[in-house]
Amino acid sequence: MARSHYEHELEHLHVEIIKMGSLIEGAIEDSTRAFASHDLALCARIIRRDQTIDEMEKAIESRCLWLIAREQPVASDLRKITTALKMVTDMERIGDNAADIAELTMRIAEKNVFSDSGHILQMAGAAMLMVRDAVSSYVHTDLVLARDTQRRDDEVDAYFNLIKRELVHVFKADESHLDNAIDLLLIAKYLERIADHAVNICEWVEFSVTGTHKSAQIF
Amino acid sequence: MTMEAIRTEAVRAGDVRLYTEDLHLHYGDVHALKGINMEIRGHHVTALIGPSGCGKSTCLKTLNRMNDVVPRVRITGSVVLDGEDVYGKAVDVTVLRRKVGMVFQAPNPFPMSVYDNIAYGPRVHGIRRRIVLDEIVERSLVGAALWDEVKDRLKKPALSLSGGQQQRLCIARALATGPEVLLMDEPTSALDPISTLKIEELMAQLKRDYSIVIVTHNMQQAARISDYTAFFLLGELVECDRTDRMFASPRDRRTEDYITGRFG
Repeated sequence: MARSHYEHELEHLHVEIIKMGSLIEGAIEDSTRAFASHDLALCARIIRRDQTIDEMEKAIESRCLWLIAREQPVASDLRKITTALKMVTDMERIGDNAADIAELTMRIAEKNVFSDSGHILQMAGAAMLMVRDAVSSYVHTDLVLARDTQRRDDEVDAYFNLIKRELVHVFKADESHLDNAIDLLLIAKYLERIADHAVNICEWVEFSVTGTHKSAQIF
Repeated sequence: MTMEAIRTEAVRAGDVRLYTEDLHLHYGDVHALKGINMEIRGHHVTALIGPSGCGKSTCLKTLNRMNDVVPRVRITGSVVLDGEDVYGKAVDVTVLRRKVGMVFQAPNPFPMSVYDNIAYGPRVHGIRRRIVLDEIVERSLVGAALWDEVKDRLKKPALSLSGGQQQRLCIARALATGPEVLLMDEPTSALDPISTLKIEELMAQLKRDYSIVIVTHNMQQAARISDYTAFFLLGELVECDRTDRMFASPRDRRTEDYITGRFG
C-alpha cells in the first residue's frame, strides 16, 4: 500500500480520539452519578483521571503536528488532522468541566445541606448525550447526527435558565442557602459549557467532511 | 557527557554503522567538504539535505570512495566502517562497494536482461552456480519489491521496464551483493509521484536490514522517510540530528531558514 506508515499514523490518530472520547463520556457519566449519590470516592477518582485526559490531549496534539510536519497532508487528510487538533481542545475542556463538577459535588456533600431541584440530573443527562453523540458523529463521520446534536444545545440552555430561576427562588425563600445555590448554579453552568463544547466538536466534524465551519467555507 | 563522548559511546554500542571523522575533500582549489563529523546509524534512514553545491552528494560518495576517480581530488580525515578506515591502504575498493552499495539519481540499468543486471555483481565476486544466482536474483528482486512485476520476464531487457521499475531494479542490483549500507543519491528525482512513493515505501522496509543514506533535494521527502537528517551548507555539516527534532526545533538558525524555505 502506498504511504502505509502515513495511513497507519492517521488510523492511530482516529483511534486515539475515540479513546479520549470514551474517557470524557465516562467522566461526565461518573460526575453525574457522584453528584446524585454524593459519592466522594468517585469524585476523587474523576479528578485524578482528568490528568489522563490532559495527557491524551497533548499526545494527540503532538501526533497531529508531526503528521503535518512530516507527511504534508492535503485535502481531506488535512481537514481530518485539523479537526482532531481543534476537537481535542474541546474534549479536554469537557474533561475539566467534569472534574469541576466532581469538586463542587465534594463541597456540597461535605456541607450536607444538599438540595437538588431534580433538573440538574436531567440537564446532565441531556449534556452527556450530546457529548456521546458528538464523539459518535466524529467516529462515524455522521453529518446528520452532528447537526442534530448541535440543535439540542437549546434544550440544555433551557434547563440552565430553568435551574437558575429555581435557585433564585430557593435563595429568596431562605438566604442561608446562598452558598449551596451558587454551587448548584456553577454545576449547571459547567453542564451548559459541556454542551457548548459538544456543539464545537460537531462543528469541527462538519468541517472535516465539508470544509465548512459555522457556515463559512474555510478549506 | 560531551558530544565526543556520546559519539564514542554510540559507536561502541554498535548503533553507529559508519562514521566520518574530520573529513575534508578538495576538488583542486575548491574546499568541498570542511571537516565533516557524521554518524550513520544502523537500521535507520539518514537523509542528507542542503542547497545545490553544499557538499551533500560529495559527502555521500566519499562513503564508498566514489570520488577516488575524480581528477584533482584530495581527501583527508577518515570514513570508518566496522572499525576500519575505508581509505586505509589495505582496503579493497571492490569489497568496500559490495558492503556499501549505491543507487543513483537516474535509473541506470545495464543494457542486458533483468536477470543479468542483478546477477552482475555476484558474478564479479565469483559466484557462478546457477542455483545460487537464481536465489540471489529472486531474493534481491523481492527485497526491492519488484519480483511480482518481473518474475515472468527475467530474460527481457531491463531497459524495457518503466522508470520506477528500473530504479527498483537498480536497488535490487545493489542488494544482490549483500551490502550493509545503501547509499542513494536523489533516487526519486527522476520519477513520477507514484513511483516515488513506491521507492519511499521500499526504503521503510529496507531499513530493517540495511543502513540507508539518502541525498535528497526534497525536504518533504527527508521529513517523511528519514530517521536522522544532516543539513549541509557550503561544505559544512551544519547540523545532524533526529529528523523529528530537526523539523521541529533545529538548533542552528541556518537550518531553520533552509527547512522553512527562506533560502536555498
